[in-house]
Amino acid sequence: MVTDEGRTAVDGSTRDGAEVKLSVRDLSISYGDKTVLSGVSFDVEEHEIFGIIGPANSGKTSFLRALNRMDDFIPEMQVEGEVLFNGMEVRRWRNVYALRRRIGVVFPLPVGLPLSIYDNVALSPQLSGIKDKTVLDETVERCLRRAALWDEVKDRLDSLGSLLSGGQQQRLTIARALSQEPELLLLDEFSIAVDPVTTMRIEDVLKELKQEMTIILVTNLVQQARRLADRTAFFLSGELVEVAATEDLFTGQVQDARSRDYVEGRFG
Amino acid sequence: MEASAAGDFDRRNSSWYVDKVVQALVFIGGISGILCILGIFVFISKEGFGFIANTIDIKEFFTSPNWRPTSEENPTYGALALIAGTASVTGLAMVVAVPFSLGAAIYIGEFARGKTREVLKVLVEMLAAIPSVVWGFIGLSIMNPVIIDLFDVPVGLNVLNAGVILGLMAAPIMTTIAEDALKAVPDHYREAAEAMGATRWQVTFRVVLPAAKNGLVAAVLLGVGRGFGETMAVLMASGHSINMPDSIFDSVRALTATIAAELGETAVGSDHYQALFTLGIFLFAITFVINLAADLVLRGIRKEA
Ligand SMILES: Nc1ncnc2c1ncn2[C@@H]1O[C@H](COP(=O)(O)OP(=O)(O)O)[C@@H](O)[C@H]1O
Ligand SMILES: [Mg+2]
Repeated sequence: MVTDEGRTAVDGSTRDGAEVKLSVRDLSISYGDKTVLSGVSFDVEEHEIFGIIGPANSGKTSFLRALNRMDDFIPEMQVEGEVLFNGMEVRRWRNVYALRRRIGVVFPLPVGLPLSIYDNVALSPQLSGIKDKTVLDETVERCLRRAALWDEVKDRLDSLGSLLSGGQQQRLTIARALSQEPELLLLDEFSIAVDPVTTMRIEDVLKELKQEMTIILVTNLVQQARRLADRTAFFLSGELVEVAATEDLFTGQVQDARSRDYVEGRFG
Repeated sequence: MEASAAGDFDRRNSSWYVDKVVQALVFIGGISGILCILGIFVFISKEGFGFIANTIDIKEFFTSPNWRPTSEENPTYGALALIAGTASVTGLAMVVAVPFSLGAAIYIGEFARGKTREVLKVLVEMLAAIPSVVWGFIGLSIMNPVIIDLFDVPVGLNVLNAGVILGLMAAPIMTTIAEDALKAVPDHYREAAEAMGATRWQVTFRVVLPAAKNGLVAAVLLGVGRGFGETMAVLMASGHSINMPDSIFDSVRALTATIAAELGETAVGSDHYQALFTLGIFLFAITFVINLAADLVLRGIRKEA
């Protein structure tokens, strides 16, 4: 909608009429004098699952960090260019905490906080000032149900979240992210420590969540991007090779031969 | 071929011997700590237990405030006032030390960055190395007149003085242990909470402190143990007079200070001598229990993590 630099809808630009949730303009990221991402621009639409694929160290995690300003904790990390969230440059948000509350993050390795399962999910609403026990109870149940974890933990909400199995903890992390009622959900290689069955369950959850929020899915499994993403970006060594409709990427209708090689596993 | 290979498995070459020797040395190092503790226990028991069994009235020991071991006609051995002295001073010390040390640990561990943090850590370690007689001296020559002036009391050597001195003394060690406990909380917990939009305070109070709570409790317990065992500073700052304190401006006498001050003047084997060893056994038992509790609490963390 914002850009139309001669691209057509087929090659991955946004569809006409769709709302843009996130715009990245000429984004570059470096650590010290090492540039790990350079000149990336694209839009992410509301209610789409936007996939990002690419080999290790291509800058995917760094990219996610720039979106909710997690770079604030890494002194040597520098971000240049623009990230517009709801049309507003994220570094101009005066209250960074309010920004982060609108953006849920799921990390590669599940991080069940060393609190009870209940408190893991209730923490975010509590931090934003909700004290009413019935509201909290209701939020906890709703988020755990949507993360497909409720039935497994409903009888032991008081036990430590960090003692759950890896797959359960990852779903707990997702429930926690949902408790923020985020507009944008960032997932960074969520299935790395999760068994295949749980991965499939989480994928089903994500397909449903798409109705309510925008999702950026960084994945090390190209087939996962194919299953879930509407459009997919291919990052390679700090460069955005291309953004394409996922189906095009996997049927060989690509602009850059490297993309085809990567999705077909002929890379390296 | 096969025979020589079999021989290789059997051969005791130099690294085999080195390994055995190192094992033996490490074993001696480890066991000697235990032997020392046992030795101390046997020693103080030998000197004190006969007295406990034969002469002393246990009820009097714990309930009477009259410590008169040198009385000619009727010596009494009531330790209650001494126990109260030690307990009141240690209690006040913890009131001073707990907020100080936890506050310092939280600041150093969670808020200070870069240079500030390094400088503070070194300072805390330097404070921990100040000898207790120096603290006692501060109590005697600085705190004493200040307390007299400030509160308009006749003597400044009392529970308040000793408690504050002991609190300042215990705080650096407690800070170091508490900071270790905070450092043991993995960074990805903080990062996850921060990504949710928690402020630094919220991260600290909602995530880090609960996760570190066992280590923090252990830090406090070790501080209490330190307070019970401290002698010199308490001897100098407490006024060293036998008293059941009913205000922080009363002078008191501590268990440890009693032993230190009186042991040199008693005849070996006399009732007084043995009574002091009984105090020693009592102190030993208390510090043992406190340290054991701290250790069990710390062990708890490791199991959970
Ligand atoms: N905190 C950091 N300090 C310095 N370099 C970093 C840091 N984090 C990541 N990098 C570097 O940035 C590059 C991109 O890393 P990352 O964004 O994690 O890629 P990906 O998620 O695609 O594997 C890598 O070369 C990595 O070594
Ligand atoms: Mg990564």
